[in-house]
Amino acid sequence: MTQLSKRTLLSIAGWSTLAATAALVGCGKKEEPAPAPAPAEPASAAAPAPKADPLKISFVYVGSIGDGGWTFAHDNARKALEKEFGDKISTSYVENVPEGADAERVFRDQAGQGAKLVFGTTFGYMEPILKVAPELKDVKFEHATGFKTADNVRTYDSRTYEGAYMAGIIAGAMTKSNTLGVVGSVPIPEVIRNINSFTLGAQSVNPKIKTKVVWVNEWLNPPKESEAATSLINGGADVLMQNTDSNAVLKTAESKGKYAFGWDSDMTSYGPQAHLASAVINWAPYYIKATKDTLEGTWATGGVWWGVKEGAIDIVSISDKVPAEIKTKVETVKAGLKDGTFSIWKGPIVGADGKEVLKADQVADDKFLSGITFYVKGVEGKVPGGK
Amino acid sequence: MVSMDALPLLIATTLSAGTVLAFAALGLLINERAGILNLGAEGMMLVAALAGFATAVHTGNDWIAFAAGMGAGALMAAAFGVLVIWLNTNQYATGLALSLFGTGFSAFMGIRYTKETLPARPEWNYAGLSHLEFAGPALFRQHPLVYVAIVLTIALAWFLYRSRAGLVLRAVGESPESAHALGYPVRRIRLAAVMAGGALCGLSGAYISVVYTPLWVEGMVAGKGWIALALTTFATWRPARVLLGAYLFGGVTMLQFHLQGEGVDVPSQILSMLPYLATIVVLVLISRNAAWIRVNMPASLGKPFSPGS
Repeated sequence: MTQLSKRTLLSIAGWSTLAATAALVGCGKKEEPAPAPAPAEPASAAAPAPKADPLKISFVYVGSIGDGGWTFAHDNARKALEKEFGDKISTSYVENVPEGADAERVFRDQAGQGAKLVFGTTFGYMEPILKVAPELKDVKFEHATGFKTADNVRTYDSRTYEGAYMAGIIAGAMTKSNTLGVVGSVPIPEVIRNINSFTLGAQSVNPKIKTKVVWVNEWLNPPKESEAATSLINGGADVLMQNTDSNAVLKTAESKGKYAFGWDSDMTSYGPQAHLASAVINWAPYYIKATKDTLEGTWATGGVWWGVKEGAIDIVSISDKVPAEIKTKVETVKAGLKDGTFSIWKGPIVGADGKEVLKADQVADDKFLSGITFYVKGVEGKVPGGK
Repeated sequence: MVSMDALPLLIATTLSAGTVLAFAALGLLINERAGILNLGAEGMMLVAALAGFATAVHTGNDWIAFAAGMGAGALMAAAFGVLVIWLNTNQYATGLALSLFGTGFSAFMGIRYTKETLPARPEWNYAGLSHLEFAGPALFRQHPLVYVAIVLTIALAWFLYRSRAGLVLRAVGESPESAHALGYPVRRIRLAAVMAGGALCGLSGAYISVVYTPLWVEGMVAGKGWIALALTTFATWRPARVLLGAYLFGGVTMLQFHLQGEGVDVPSQILSMLPYLATIVVLVLISRNAAWIRVNMPASLGKPFSPGS
């Protein structure tokens, strides 16, 4: 190959790649209009009174729908929205948007494409949303698991600790080694609270249990989650729980003959022998409310924290291996959470250092719950970077 | 800190974790001994992981899945090889491009496989060896590929240092001009090395998705390709050191989790940094002395070669 023909070959390759990329970018945008508008459009165009444009709703995901956990749950709720509102809305989503500066660009981009209601589905979108919101005053932002609001930014969260508590009840009953293991994601209050609630639930049926925790410092990293699960099993745990986004922990438990739970979504199919129950988040009730607020013009800032009572949290697909009286206990707790007669965080509760954190009959308020950075008695180890 | 009954299990999981890195690093070692630095390891491992997982789902046979992974790795490496060896594109840039391509391509093609699962694998037992008191659970309950990695290391060391073909390979890596002058088909040898390296990286990827964490999620290799690249350098391009380094790097992660589980507060971020820190230290050490560089690093690593130029 002489020098000349090599250069020609390379330039042809370069230009064709550029052309192909441009064509792909031009044709492909991840837009998912609700199934109704397509056939309805010609009809509405001919109708005398013009129909309102469908409300454009955008979802920004930190992971991919294929995680079978956190993002999957959000996407299920998005689909429920399409079912509920039909052609009044059109939804779209963007996956794998990392927390940070890149998220800002995505939010601006979504608003630029006409989205009027945008859901940011992870804690790390807090600063990007707050930066972008003042510039886009006619767009409503919903931020999951955050704590800062603005005129057009409100927060929503689910009481995952209620699901963790109910899973704990089952775990405490099913463990034979009295050692439970939790694969923790990132050491923020939400996750620490879940670990504690899981332990409290287990202790309510089996005071002898202890909980071991291993942190992977990420929300999603299946190989690491699997290694962490293996390490817990090696340390004697026979029932595993996780706060990470994938099904790796359940799969690891399945391959090693131990028990585990599904988290955020129903994970029964990923570990038929190991699966005891799934603590699922149902974002649909809240998403429907937020959409309704926007459509009716009653959207106002604020923050909600929904749990079993509002239908946001549930424990499902409880395995037949779980004894009937435990299933009944879980149902009783669920009913108590629904009508408000049962409180998980009710004293006396003692911290891992032996000091009382809640006095007898004292019920923790949301402020207390949001600031939990300690382990309760029964959880081994120290909170990373904490007390 | 590490109780006696936890030790065998810790050793067992270290062996397993280390095997992942060992295959990839040994493959990269073959590449680099021929003078080619393939930064596309991560991308190749991801595509191979998907290929292996998909094949396992469709055929139910692990060994075909491993073969598929090796094939996928070799194919990607061949594409890289043609660009780098015949068109003399910059090795680093091309390798990075391969890595990025592999990441995106595997994510895109793998969408429908995230819901799939593989049936549970049987326990591996080897005729009575696994019932030994300590050595049993520690050493003899592993997947066959773990032992293949050890055999491969020995075979590779023999190949490089005791066979004629290995000598030629090393010659190509030290001085391609001299090898060319002697009449050896330098470019074809380099391509063969690159494809062999790609096949081993592919085997590593398939091992991850079929044995280590039997599932598919995009990005599931999670940086192990980069660690393998660092590992090859850390081990100064010698097979035995690569294997030991693989167990070391693999073991560090498992040890960190184990310590956490025991309640010892070790910042995981520092332990994640360790493989790369160790590599930098080694590079600094061997680069201080020109003679040491000559002895330890393949002289033509990363440099393009054109016969007749």
